[in-house]
Amino acid sequence: MKDFFNEMTVGDAGAVREHYRAFDAWLQRQPLERIERKRAEADLTFRRVGITFAVYGDGAGTERLIPFDTIPRIIPAHEWAALQAGLVQRVQALNMFVHDIYHEQNIVRAGIIPAQQIYQNAQYRPEMQGISVASDIYAHIAGVDIVRAGKGEFYVLEDNLRVPSGVSYMLEDRKMMMRLFPELFARHRIAPVEHYPDMLLENLRSVAPTGVLDPTVVVMTPGMYNSAYFEHAFLAQQMGVELVEGKDLFVDANAVYMRTIRGPRRVDVIYRRLDDDFLDPLAFRADSTLGVPGLLSVYRAGRVTLANAIGTGVADDKSIYPYVPDMIRFYLAQEPLLNNVPTWQCRRPEDLAYTLDHLDQLVVKEVHGAGGYGMLIGPASTRAQIEDFRRRLVARPDGYIAQPTLALSACPTYVDSGIAPRHIDLRPFVLSGKTVSMVPGGLTRVALQEGSLVVNSSQGGGTKDTWILEE
Amino acid sequence: MLSRTADHLYWMARYTERAENTARMLDVAVQTSMLPQSAQDTEQAWRAILGISELQDAFDARYAALDERNVIAFMVGDPANPSSIVSCLTAARENARAVRGVLTTEVWETQNATWIELRDRLRLGLDGIDPGEFFDWVKHRCHLARGVTLGTMLDDEALVFIRLGTFLERADNTARLLDVKYHEAGAAATHDVLTQREFYYWAALLRSVAGFEIYRKVYRDSVTPARVAELLMLRADMPRSLLACMEQVLANLKAVRNGVSAGTERLAGKMHADLQFARIEDVLAAGMDATLGRFMENIYALGNGISRDFLVPLGD
Repeated sequence: MKDFFNEMTVGDAGAVREHYRAFDAWLQRQPLERIERKRAEADLTFRRVGITFAVYGDGAGTERLIPFDTIPRIIPAHEWAALQAGLVQRVQALNMFVHDIYHEQNIVRAGIIPAQQIYQNAQYRPEMQGISVASDIYAHIAGVDIVRAGKGEFYVLEDNLRVPSGVSYMLEDRKMMMRLFPELFARHRIAPVEHYPDMLLENLRSVAPTGVLDPTVVVMTPGMYNSAYFEHAFLAQQMGVELVEGKDLFVDANAVYMRTIRGPRRVDVIYRRLDDDFLDPLAFRADSTLGVPGLLSVYRAGRVTLANAIGTGVADDKSIYPYVPDMIRFYLAQEPLLNNVPTWQCRRPEDLAYTLDHLDQLVVKEVHGAGGYGMLIGPASTRAQIEDFRRRLVARPDGYIAQPTLALSACPTYVDSGIAPRHIDLRPFVLSGKTVSMVPGGLTRVALQEGSLVVNSSQGGGTKDTWILEE
Repeated sequence: MLSRTADHLYWMARYTERAENTARMLDVAVQTSMLPQSAQDTEQAWRAILGISELQDAFDARYAALDERNVIAFMVGDPANPSSIVSCLTAARENARAVRGVLTTEVWETQNATWIELRDRLRLGLDGIDPGEFFDWVKHRCHLARGVTLGTMLDDEALVFIRLGTFLERADNTARLLDVKYHEAGAAATHDVLTQREFYYWAALLRSVAGFEIYRKVYRDSVTPARVAELLMLRADMPRSLLACMEQVLANLKAVRNGVSAGTERLAGKMHADLQFARIEDVLAAGMDATLGRFMENIYALGNGISRDFLVPLGD
């Protein structure tokens, strides 16, 4: 994968792009030892502060650091403005789609999306049919994965509308950069992101059940052994709300309460960081000990808000992804501002045939997969891996989609051999309530292995601070 | 505040306090073992250490010989022993992590840094540690944990539950220590003129609760078992005495009084009053065994009461 867009430089001569010039001038004057020392300092701080994630299947209670790279990813103001407009448009359409699916299903009637794509989707929740939610908003927090490919065009890779995580790293990375290199912040006009928790709280309060004037908001976590526990605790603390587990909540007389030292206290908005399946053992997985028995019935009665709503997975599934541009046209009567990656739906015979013929060039993903698991990256795979995947694909074609292998853009990154380009993506966080809002920036993830396209932290990815330059 | 949050704060403090008390007790035991004494006395002394935490059976199930090396292995680095220093500091950190958002950043980082350094120190096993230096380090980290708590946390309910945990645990530890030591001394505890060996015995007990210098200051007189008992039970100005601990427990219980906690508060009030108006002559006449036995039973009941009223209520 030689031919990729370099975020910092142009061409073989390596001319530095306008928006990286001030940074480059600074970097040229830094001895490599200083950067190395600062990196060690960052590691030490992250460990002491306990900014870690738990690793599954690696012995209980194993905590790891996500590698932090000291070279920022910089985006100029005009590029961000275009991205932001596209993100707002996309998330608006997705919210309208979820509402439509659980009400009239006009988009199905109009023949734009086949009905079986909805009903055969495991993420479709019949319990939500006909239920009204506050402001008709379902995905209150969306984490949209964006990549840059080709000559630098932005593509949406995935819409994460269930429980997207990573925003705490966006905030902690910024704090770390300011601590390590304060002089850089004097040289650049970097748009602040630190007000995200305030925006989030405001957003959550704005979608409280009707008639609740001073809503009590809580963050609900599966517990301290969840991989994203740090983030759950962090957001609750930053918003100044309680961090609850399922066992802290109970349902009584059609309302949700939390157990406090002064007796039960009513809860109005639950920012829940666990999947639908675990929310209510009476309604979903009966073996879930993480949820609250009876929660669904209170929710359906409109007496508590869940953020995100139940059943948003029907819209961020990889089998629905190819239809998002059509959703934008259908609901907003606008042309999509952001590109979708061309996608072959292997459930279609002609798409399957094409995919099987080009496995060595394509990325094939499980429709319900996440976290970089269960996918094939053709150009980076051995003959045997491809043949193994071919058998799985033929056995269950409707479980897969295929996309061209994108030459993801790369950003200079501090690695063992010095500073070298590594592939990156970007996850901005879009908040929807009475209005749609976002902080300028997002989480930049970087694949630290040379040539690797997998940025997931569970598979050795790192993170970078993301700077949106103000004009 | 969530009941579960209060529960984690309370146990964070209890485990921190327990780690410190274990370190104090072992520190003094190691020092005492350097005095000339028979092999039988040495073994007896280590058995007494296990007796304080009621761990004789658990120890015997895991170790063959009752000697310094094995007792320290069991009480410092054995994760199978829930009262070992490694278990206590790990549990304190786990409880802190569960409520890290309620703690100030500095309190959390102190707990986390202690745990990280503990793992580094124990990485090479017990051969890598110098017991005296290690016990000083544990005490120092616990002092730091308490200091940073008082120095940075808002004086609200969270702090109340932390203090409840600290003082309840401390009262329990002091009572257990006195109970075992008085029992061990037997008849020797009743006379006032001490032999040299007996002097070292009671001096060591005082040192294990940081009480030797205080004793000198308060009594300006020779060490006698009766005064040691008075100091550790009835002096309100001795920070590790039963009375001082119960004063704090009672005050903090009152601060979070709720609709169901009256019975627990009454018990704490009664325990406090019993100590406040007691005279050491009467306590000795009634027998230390009986007095301390009842006190420890009450502490246990008090712990249960706090759990029932605040920490794990049956809300629905």
